Amino acid sequence: MISIQNVTKKYKGTPRPALDQVSLEIEKGDFVFLVGASGSGKSSLMRLMLREDVPSSGSVHVLGENLVGLPARKVPFFRRRLGVVFQDFRLLPNKTVSQNVAFSLQVIGKSEGFIQEAVPDVLRLVGLGEKGDRLPSELSGGEQQRVALARAIVNKPAILLADEPTGNLDPTTSEGIMSLLNTINLGGTTVVMATHERGIVDQMKKRVVELSHGQIVRDQVAGGYGVRD
Amino acid sequence: MRFGFMLSEVTEGLRRNLAMVVSIILVTFISLTFVGTASLLQMQIGQMKNYWYDRAQVAIYLCTDVSPEATCPRGEAAEDVKLQVQERLDSPTLVPFIEKYYFEDHDQAFANFQEQFAGNAVAQYVKPEQLNETFWVNLYDPNQSPILTESFAGLAGVEEVKDQRSYLDQIFLILNIASLAAVSIAALMLVSSALLISTTIRLSAFSRRRELGIMRLVGASNFSIQLPFILEGVVAALIGSVLAGVTVLALIEFFVQGFLAESLPFTSFVGLSDGMLVVPLLIAVGIVLAAAASGLAIRRYLKI
Repeated sequence: MISIQNVTKKYKGTPRPALDQVSLEIEKGDFVFLVGASGSGKSSLMRLMLREDVPSSGSVHVLGENLVGLPARKVPFFRRRLGVVFQDFRLLPNKTVSQNVAFSLQVIGKSEGFIQEAVPDVLRLVGLGEKGDRLPSELSGGEQQRVALARAIVNKPAILLADEPTGNLDPTTSEGIMSLLNTINLGGTTVVMATHERGIVDQMKKRVVELSHGQIVRDQVAGGYGVRD
Repeated sequence: MRFGFMLSEVTEGLRRNLAMVVSIILVTFISLTFVGTASLLQMQIGQMKNYWYDRAQVAIYLCTDVSPEATCPRGEAAEDVKLQVQERLDSPTLVPFIEKYYFEDHDQAFANFQEQFAGNAVAQYVKPEQLNETFWVNLYDPNQSPILTESFAGLAGVEEVKDQRSYLDQIFLILNIASLAAVSIAALMLVSSALLISTTIRLSAFSRRRELGIMRLVGASNFSIQLPFILEGVVAALIGSVLAGVTVLALIEFFVQGFLAESLPFTSFVGLSDGMLVVPLLIAVGIVLAAAASGLAIRRYLKI
């Protein structure tokens, strides 16, 4: 599903690579936490999986596509098979909840009929069935992240990438988001989540990949966040 | 992307940037009006050239008693000079080029002169023998006048061989300079409207960068990201070019046909049918310019 081989990523102007000879295999249906301090390379790795960047050396295969050689015009079609959420939700403030979710389907050319069925369904799934007509500013942070999740999964992606999805949320709200991510994962979607939050990782008992200084220092099935330092 | 959805995006963008859209409309309107005027001027020049060049003749002026010493040392051309010229005009070397020619003697020249300068003081002082006897030659191809010049220039008794087109060429030179000026202004204005379009589209893209970011994230194709912006520029430029087209047609109808044609009745002027050729050109230029400028402007928002 995701196969990363000997990937090194250097950015201009910094002598130390952001990723150094990283190799990682993620299977279909996995739930993987990427943990590590700021600057350990989590975000760089996520960017490579989303093909927002290409590695300096090594290979990245996602969903059967070789992302290093993927021509730019094919990138949009690759991204349609992925869902992404971020710490800052990235909703459109002048569109309602339903319109926000519908927008992502409209811009990839889905029919109005499909959109009218899929949007209420996915909003019910994330627990916002009644709030489709609200604006994002009228929702709590947790609810906004649910909208972002709804938008990410409405097109039934095979992989969901979550970059610190609970970073802006309090622990109780985070729990709700995590259980939603778990539900999505149980539905067959591979989930890769980068996080800082020890409590969440320890509680979920999922696979943990720890990065430090651009290298994988631990890859543990059903692990915790790691040694307290 | 569905058509209806895209249309609403375009309308939204136009509404949000109304002031800039109006300025695009105005700048394309004015620049294309200049382009249209320049093309009409070129058409007018072409038309006048056709009209006048067909009528322009080559004159072979024979010497008179008042001709300058240098060219006519023997004074008034004798009868044998006329025969000589006539012979040459009828010779097999020249016949293929000449459509027709006729001879104008002193009296005919005088009559023509009196008619041409009727009411002018000079008409009273001129005498028939001061006016050149002339062979007027019409060529099949007016461009071949040098052949005649060469054949007769050295002949004794011939004062001068003059292609009438040389008078016309000065008029056309002035008209050409005018149309060149219009073209240069038009080019400058087109450059500024291209820059204005790309600035406006960049602004429009900036105000919608959140949408653009999300579109790229969820996998909207580059084409569907670009299209609303390109259409935004094209719609604005289209309005401007239609206005320019209407202005050009109005210029023909009211200024050229309504005013010029009536005050100068013996000249053929461009008409609405010529204008109808210019209008599609203006619209095409407007559309291509706007599409190229906005396409380039939006490109940097498409980097993946």
